[in-house]
Parts: sequence; C-alpha cells; structure tokens
Amino acid sequence: MMRYLLLFLLLLTGCPANEPLTGLEPPADKEPAFGDTFLQGSIGDASTLLPILASDSSSSEINGLVYSGLVRYDGELKVVGELAESWEISADNLSITFHLRRGVKWHDGAPFTSADVLFTYQLYIDPDTPTAYAESYLQVENAEAPDAYTFRVSYAEPYAPALMSWGFSVLPKHLLDGKKITESELARHPVGTGPYRFVEWQGGEKIVLEANRDYFDGSPFIRRFVFRIIPDTSTQFLELQTGGLDFMSLSPLQYDRQTDTLAFKRLFNKYRYLAFGYTYLGYNLNRPMFQDRRVRQALTYAIDKQEIIDGVLLGYGQAATGPYKPDAWVYNPAVPDYAYNPQKARELLAEAGWADSDGDGILDKQGADFSFTIVTNQGNDLRSKAGEIIQRRFREIGIDVQLRIIEWATFLKEFINPGNFDATILGWTGGPEPDQFEIWHSSKTGPRQLNFIGYKNPEVDMLLEKGRRIFDQQERKKIYDRFQQILAEDQPYTFLFVGEALPAVASRFHGIEPTAAGIRYNFNEWYVPAGQQKFSR
Amino acid sequence: MYRYLLRRLLMMIPLLIGITLISFTVIHLAPGEPTDMQTQMNPQASSDLQAKLHKQYGLDKPLHEQYLLWLGRLVRLDFGESFAQDNRPVLGKITERLPVTILLNVLSLVVIMAVALPLGVISAVRRNSFFDRASTVLVFVGFAMPSFWLALLMMDWLGVRLGVLPVSGLKSLGYEYMDLSGQLLDRAAHLVLPVFIAAIGGLAGFSRYMRSNMLDVIRQDYIMTARAKGLSERVVIYKHALRNALLPVITILGLSVPGLIGGSVIFETIFAIPGMGKLFYDGVMMRDYPLIMGVLVIGAVLTLVGNLLADVSYALADPRIRNSE
Repeated sequence: MMRYLLLFLLLLTGCPANEPLTGLEPPADKEPAFGDTFLQGSIGDASTLLPILASDSSSSEINGLVYSGLVRYDGELKVVGELAESWEISADNLSITFHLRRGVKWHDGAPFTSADVLFTYQLYIDPDTPTAYAESYLQVENAEAPDAYTFRVSYAEPYAPALMSWGFSVLPKHLLDGKKITESELARHPVGTGPYRFVEWQGGEKIVLEANRDYFDGSPFIRRFVFRIIPDTSTQFLELQTGGLDFMSLSPLQYDRQTDTLAFKRLFNKYRYLAFGYTYLGYNLNRPMFQDRRVRQALTYAIDKQEIIDGVLLGYGQAATGPYKPDAWVYNPAVPDYAYNPQKARELLAEAGWADSDGDGILDKQGADFSFTIVTNQGNDLRSKAGEIIQRRFREIGIDVQLRIIEWATFLKEFINPGNFDATILGWTGGPEPDQFEIWHSSKTGPRQLNFIGYKNPEVDMLLEKGRRIFDQQERKKIYDRFQQILAEDQPYTFLFVGEALPAVASRFHGIEPTAAGIRYNFNEWYVPAGQQKFSR
Repeated sequence: MYRYLLRRLLMMIPLLIGITLISFTVIHLAPGEPTDMQTQMNPQASSDLQAKLHKQYGLDKPLHEQYLLWLGRLVRLDFGESFAQDNRPVLGKITERLPVTILLNVLSLVVIMAVALPLGVISAVRRNSFFDRASTVLVFVGFAMPSFWLALLMMDWLGVRLGVLPVSGLKSLGYEYMDLSGQLLDRAAHLVLPVFIAAIGGLAGFSRYMRSNMLDVIRQDYIMTARAKGLSERVVIYKHALRNALLPVITILGLSVPGLIGGSVIFETIFAIPGMGKLFYDGVMMRDYPLIMGVLVIGAVLTLVGNLLADVSYALADPRIRNSE
C-alpha cells in the first residue's frame, strides 16, 4: 500500500504544471498588437455583476469593464464622454442634456438608445430596488428622452456632483424591463456595452472576460481578461512569481523587501501612486473629554504621523491633513499640519485644565483620569498597528489609552451605531468628487449615519450645502479650501495618513501611463507586442 | 435489526429540529446584521436602504415567525436564498462548493488511513523500537506544525523554486484546451499539495490510536492462544490481532462523515480553493443567516447519519453486537 502511494505521488510530482517563463524580449518589437491574456489577482470574489446592486470592489472592477456610463473620468480626472458624445449644461446649472453616441450595440447585438438610460435611471429611484446608490438620482427633478439619442435631466437646485453621477453603468432595458431586478439572470451573466464581454464565472475561482471587438471606442488590445480569486496575498505573490498572475496589489512589505530581485524586475514593473482614501483617528464629540478643541489639537500634536507611515506603511504613504489626498485639485496645502510636538500638546492640555495632580503619571481633571479606549475593526493590520503606535505616544504625554479590536459586524452594532465609543481608527475611501456632505454635515449625525462622531459646525454645514451647488471648479475650490481650514482647526479627526497603491504588472504589458488617477484608467490601450505574447488563445 | 434502524431514524427528527432551533437562536444572538455590509459606512447608501433590505429578507418579522417560515421551507427541502448581494439559492451555493471539499477530505482521509494504519501497527508490534520512537516524533511534528506555514513553504519550494507543482487553485488556465489525460493530470497535480498538507496533521491521531488498539489486542488471551497453537507471527498479527484492532477505527470513520463536508478556512484561503470552509466563514462574517443555517443543517444531518452508520457497521462487523439484540 505504502509503495503504491509513493509511486502515485512520484507520478504526480513528475509532471510540470507551469510553462517556464522565458522573459526574453526581442528589442525592436514594441508595436501595439491584439492578443494575449491579462491575469489579475483578487482577494475576494465578485458578488453580483449587476452594478446597481453591487457595492464591493471586486464586482465594481468587473462591472467597470463590462458596462459603460454616459461619462467617465480620464487620466487627469477630467470628465469625458463615454456613451455620451457631448453634453450641455444649461446656463442656470439646472439641467443637463446628453447627446448619445449612435450605432452603439449591446453585447447581444441589440441597439443602445436613450430608452436604456431612462430605464436605468428609473430603476435606481424605484423604491423596490435595494440599491446603495439611489441618493444622487433622487435629486433629479425630471428626466426625459426626447429622442432615441438625447437624454435630458433637470434638477430643482444646482447639484455639482450631478454630471459625474451619470457615469453610472447603463443597464439593458430590453433584458430587464418588467422583471424583478433582484431575480435577474444578468447578475451572473452580465450584458453591457463596455470594452469587454462576459464569458464565464466559476464561483470562488475565476471570472473570464473577452475583448469586445465591436466596442464603440475601438477594440481593446488585450484579448482576454481573467480575474482570479486568490484570497491570500502571500499565495497571490507566489502565483505572480510563477506567472500565474500578471497583476496584483503588493503590500508595502512585498513592494519594499521582496521584489528587489533582478528576476522580479525583469518580469514585472512596479508602480506607486496615492490611493483615494485616508485613515483617521475619530473622536466621539459627545464625550465631554473631547469637546474642547484644544484637547483634540493636543492629541494631534502628540501623534507623529511620519512615524506611523514609516512603521506601518514602510514609508509608502503621506501624512493626511484633511479629507482630500495631497495631489487632488481640491486639496488645500495651506492648512496647519500639526507637526509632531509633544511639548505643544502638553501646553494645550494644561490650558484646557488637564494636569497630573495626583502624581500617577496620568493627567486628570476634576478627579477623573484622562483615560479612554480606541476601538477599531479586526482584519485591518494597518489600523491596529497605527493604534499601538498612537497608544505609546499618548502615554508619553500622560494619557492612558486602551486599544480594542472588534469583529466588523459587532464593531458597527455595539460600538459605532449606538455611539458607544471614545475614539476609533477607521478609514474613508473617496473619489475625485469633493462633496463630503454625508460625512460632515450636522444633519447626518443620526443613528447609522456617517457623521457618527457627532461633528456639528454651522459654518461647515453652510459650506457643504454651498459646495455641492457650484459648478465652477475655481469657485468650488474656495469653498472647500475654507472647509479644510475649519476641519484642520477643529480636528474632529486626527487625519493620519493617505496610503499608496502599489501594483505590480507583468512587464510584457505596454502602454501603461501612471497619473493621479492611477494606472487602470487606460486599460483599453494596454497591449503586448506580438513577439512577447504569452497566451495564444 | 430493522426495527432498531427505524427507531433510530425516527429519533433523528426531533433531534434535528432541536439542533436547528438552537442554531437559529444562537446566530441571531450574535450582534450585527446581514444588511450592515451593504448599508453601513457607505457614503452613497441612502437611509431607507436598510429598511428595503429588511423587508426583502423578511427580517422585519418577529424571530419566532422567521424561524417557522424557515422551517416550513426546509421541510420542502428549500434552504432559501442567500442574504449576500448575489441572492442565490443557498442550496446552489453549497452544492457548488461541496464536490471539491468532499474530494479533498476523502483523499486526505485515504492518505491518512493508508499511512497511519500501517504506521500504528508496526509501531505496536515493534514497541519501543527505533522505528516506533522515530515515527512518534515525526507524526507529532506534523501534528504540531502550523499547516499554513508548511503550506506556504511547500508552495514556495515546489511551486516557485522547483516549478514542479502548481501553487494554488484547482485547475490550470488552459484547462479547457487540454485533452482528457492532460486534464486529469492537471487536476491531480493541483491536488497533491493540498491533500498532503491536509493529511499531515491527521496522521498523529490515527496512528497513535491504531497503535494503542493494537497493543491492547496483542495482550489478549486469544492472541496468546493463537501463538500457543504454533501459528506464524505473521498470521497472528495480521489475521487475528489486526481485525480486532480495526473495529474501533470503524467508529471513528463513521464520526468523520460530517467532517467530510467541513473545510478549513485557513487552508482554503492559502490554496485558493473555493470550498465549504471559506463559504461558511464568509457567511458568518456577513451574517448570512440562510447560508449559515443551510450549512449547519447539512452538517447536523451528516453527523446523525454518520453516527447511525458507525453503529450499524459496527453491528455488521462484530457478530457479538449483531446477535445481542
């Protein structure tokens, strides 16, 4: 028995499963050519390929390739037309008229018209549709399709995020009309107008897309797109090295320490750019100890942001001073940055009445120690590590901090929703749109709303209301500059850091041009020169 | 015998209902809700989404009503639809993942038995020999070693450095274009590492168990009798002793039946295998009640059936039990 088993194992191990990588590059061969396969690794499977219902990043990634919107962001984060050839915004900023491209076809061959756009809009605002994205479309006063290639929307008040909200994925009316959206088969077999058409989805394993040769903006060069689900990043990294993946997001550790070999550099290109999103330490402003602005400023002075970036991100990030990333147009570089200054922190705390009167090394006021708990969610190493560093820095200025790490659903239910926390380390992921109404407006402090720290500032309320009504970028920036200034003074959060995205892409892919938008915005223009193509089908 | 079987089968019904009632209560006691994933911390989610989803999932009804509704559907073998965003039938999600999980578990069980049983027998026969001591140390090292660590090392060594085995997954990319033998080999190559890693931790238990059983049996009077009547040592050990020592192993095998559908999250995550462990773990994390209940019910049924099978096969294997009705 043993002998057969061994023989069996030997037989199995004897067969090579992966073709060895050649990596040899004929020099003159750089012309764009159609073909090859792009293998992308993802830690999570998609949940549904109906963009109206999906709210996870894996689903959005696939949906972004299969569907198109009326408009999209280009590499400079400017709004450009996609299904819309052009558009006009009325002089009073109350209505937008889109002129749609003619001759666009759905992946099943049916023609695309303004009826599809109108239908998608109606689906979003239908009370029976459990979508997370209804908010922007509820602002619309009237939507109409005067002819097959014109779509017009009007608003009761000017709404600046309006234009980009029409970057939503347009859904095919002829396949969805009259059916319950939650029971549609399109959730597993999407039909869109985008550069890639759906081929197959093997649950938990992979999703395969194929280039749409009839794409209205010209066929993409890469023939196949394979989305491989590999939940563990160490495994992804091993797969990357064996050629089982062409693209993955590296961790700072992998980027910094494990990809420095000659072999890796020959086979892969690494990129780095600031990600949209930041990590913060938010203070529950309903707690008396955090109600004094000087205390919050002191806490920010006591934190060495660069130390956190170096320790947690190995330097791949930048200190955050507000809710926008430093390379965004709306970013205000003039706000106070609260450079690490424990002396200043102690002074501010003393001013606010905190002193160590009983000599136990912990500050106190009216007999109560300055002691609180930072909560954060389990499964995010960056946050728990940042918490540990902050804990030590706070201890140095005489503040006693506990750190609690709690599973996500429990964390929301028991701590954040009932407002039952002192301070929390969390992050926000944003986008190019600067509107921050949901997070900072005083009307959003109710249960389960996003201003859960209870921040209320009348001027901020006014600025947020005004900011979303102004279309002109220069005018808008003035509003948001002031908004960032007030946030910096108030320090309702200590804005900690903006992390970097650190993707690695197989070097046979050409045409990648990193910008503020990242690298994926021009995926359709990526190509592999004919001589370097690895997969023939 | 048949009456006994029938009685045992009927007894399973109230047991099963009790199990589901307890599981249902316990998972609803856990804080958090299935709708949190979609509605919370999402700047774009409107405030009534929570209510819409509650209504869609029937979470607005009182708990006992939810349970009765669920039970009513279960009787018709309808496990309901998952609360995850895909809203797929729970049964479909489970059956999609079941084959690979069972395949892996059966294979690793076979490997464990094939290695552990001879190991245990030889250790017992040559008690305290070098082989006995060395194999004891080795199986315990295997038992104590963190499997994810060993897995990553093996993947790096065999997959990346030597390039002889695939790193993860179940099939290669060009699987669809291979011929039948190619496909079989590809499948098998992908299974080597996972099966090996899954088996290595289980060797210790089985081989120690086999060893102590065997030692017990060897001390029995009938073995002395067998030796006394001049039978060769080979016949004594492999015919008389081994058969008796194997009896309790049957019980353990029966008890392993529910384990066949259970997977390990860590293991499946590392090898990128879409199995039951990850499905269940993700279900628990997002409080996907129908999915959790579906997996638990199937597990409970298999446990009960496994127990029954163990008892029945025990009776079949041992005439004393069979005839003592």
